[in-house]
Amino acid sequence: MRWLVNLALSSIGAKVVMALTGLVLVAFLVGHMVGNLQVLGGQEPLNAYAAFLHSKPALLWVVRSGLILAAVLHIVSSVRLTWLNNAARPVAYAVKRPILSSFASRNMLVTGLVVFAFLVYHLLQFTWRLTNPAFSQLHDAQGRLDVYSMVVLSFSERLIAGAYVVALLLLGLHLWHAIGSTFQSLGLTTPKYRRLIDAVSLLVCAVLVVGNVSMPVAILMGLVQLPAGVIAP
Amino acid sequence: MKLTLRIWRQKNPRERGAFVTFPLADVSEHMSFLEMLDVLNESLIDKGQEPVAFDHDCREGICGACSLMINGYPHGPLPATTTCQLHMRHFKDGDVITVEPWRARAFPVLKDCVTDRSALDRIMQAGGFVSVRTGGTPDANALPIRKKEADLSMDAAACIGCGACVAACKNASAMLFVAAKVGQFAHLPQGQAERKERVRRMTGQMDKEGFGNCTNTYDCEGACPKQINRRFIAEMNRDFICAELTE
Ligand code: HEM
Ligand code: FES
Repeated sequence: MRWLVNLALSSIGAKVVMALTGLVLVAFLVGHMVGNLQVLGGQEPLNAYAAFLHSKPALLWVVRSGLILAAVLHIVSSVRLTWLNNAARPVAYAVKRPILSSFASRNMLVTGLVVFAFLVYHLLQFTWRLTNPAFSQLHDAQGRLDVYSMVVLSFSERLIAGAYVVALLLLGLHLWHAIGSTFQSLGLTTPKYRRLIDAVSLLVCAVLVVGNVSMPVAILMGLVQLPAGVIAP
Repeated sequence: MKLTLRIWRQKNPRERGAFVTFPLADVSEHMSFLEMLDVLNESLIDKGQEPVAFDHDCREGICGACSLMINGYPHGPLPATTTCQLHMRHFKDGDVITVEPWRARAFPVLKDCVTDRSALDRIMQAGGFVSVRTGGTPDANALPIRKKEADLSMDAAACIGCGACVAACKNASAMLFVAAKVGQFAHLPQGQAERKERVRRMTGQMDKEGFGNCTNTYDCEGACPKQINRRFIAEMNRDFICAELTE
């Protein structure tokens, strides 16, 4: 146990923690997006999917515990690393120019923290259903929670949909650097595969951003509409 | 050409420093950056003032003594070039050039633009060597080494230990330096016996010296006058993870 803690505190070990927890979060994001894209298919598939998840509380909580652990470790070590890194240069340069570093790579803590703030809002809105009670207490004809209408009503509000799009773009910026960085932190990059890894990073990042952004945008454009019988309050 | 130099002056490690501006006329484009500073210092000495302290030794790009952050770039804006090999023809008449020491907690400023880089020496002392008796010169090819591996070892060994990677890194991380010094042995048969201890000891010392952590931004590679490749960082990470998991 002791060696594991020491490992997680060493500079390379801490990056391994960041990489592994980041990977867990990315894997979750993919699954989360695929599940939610069912909103584009209408009320029935999405509500059935939500009811299915809620019918398996044990499984749901195993996944949730893993995610909470990963998120906590990711955030704690990123804040600790950033703090150490700032302390490593107590006097700033008067002039400092980037050479090969990307904008995304230089702003990981900022994009991460914005994503975290967004995550809190997202949970308040759709998991704890506190921010828009008028949207989130509906039930469909089969008596299931009407997740579909909740989502459509929420994203019909420009401010909410806009906040999602902005947060997702920043998440995209975070992941653009993060995915390639994960391979490097785990010691898996070589010059032979660098271009491939960069391309895969960009692809995963683009799929996640486009897939997730498509939902609020489709709703805002009226492509996904409320089911008959639900009237916007 | 005429230049304006904004140079960091600091009396000693304890006192606070500040930028001082010096106008400089008649700079020849054939001078190296350090020769240009020599001219400035001659004029300061003539006026009875303290010359600007800066590090230098070989002045031919091989020793790693010269440093200087020039207009926001370690060793100046030219890729793969040390400050001593940077020539004034890469600047324009009328330029304002900002010159600062390399800034890192692990590199305290001693005077003006001279920093104490002995933290890098201590990392070397922690494991940057092969501790077996090598005896006399062995026969050539007595120990077969694949050409590709020998080349990689030489690529890593090109590191002159100047610290530009630390200076360039937004986290003041020494990972590229340590990775080069670990990598030059990791690709040779002589380096295998102590491979695991070496990577653990050297990275352990790196952490103790107060360098930052690598966040894979690669300004180090861009700043390196010897163009040490980021691959050595990945290889060191892999070696470190293997060493930690197996022992
Ligand atoms: C869904 C949410 C998130 C995902 C999928 C994610 C994913 C990742 C991944 C894969 C990495 C790369 C690890 C590596 O470099 O080895 C990373 C790095 C990082 N993450 Fe996150 N992250 C998320 C949220 C956050 C949050 C909330 C924070 C805020 C505190 C944060 C801060 C950081 C920082 C500072 C790094 C930088 C490490 C570096 O540059 O090497 N991340 N993230
Ligand atoms: S003085 Fe030796 S490398 Fe520049």
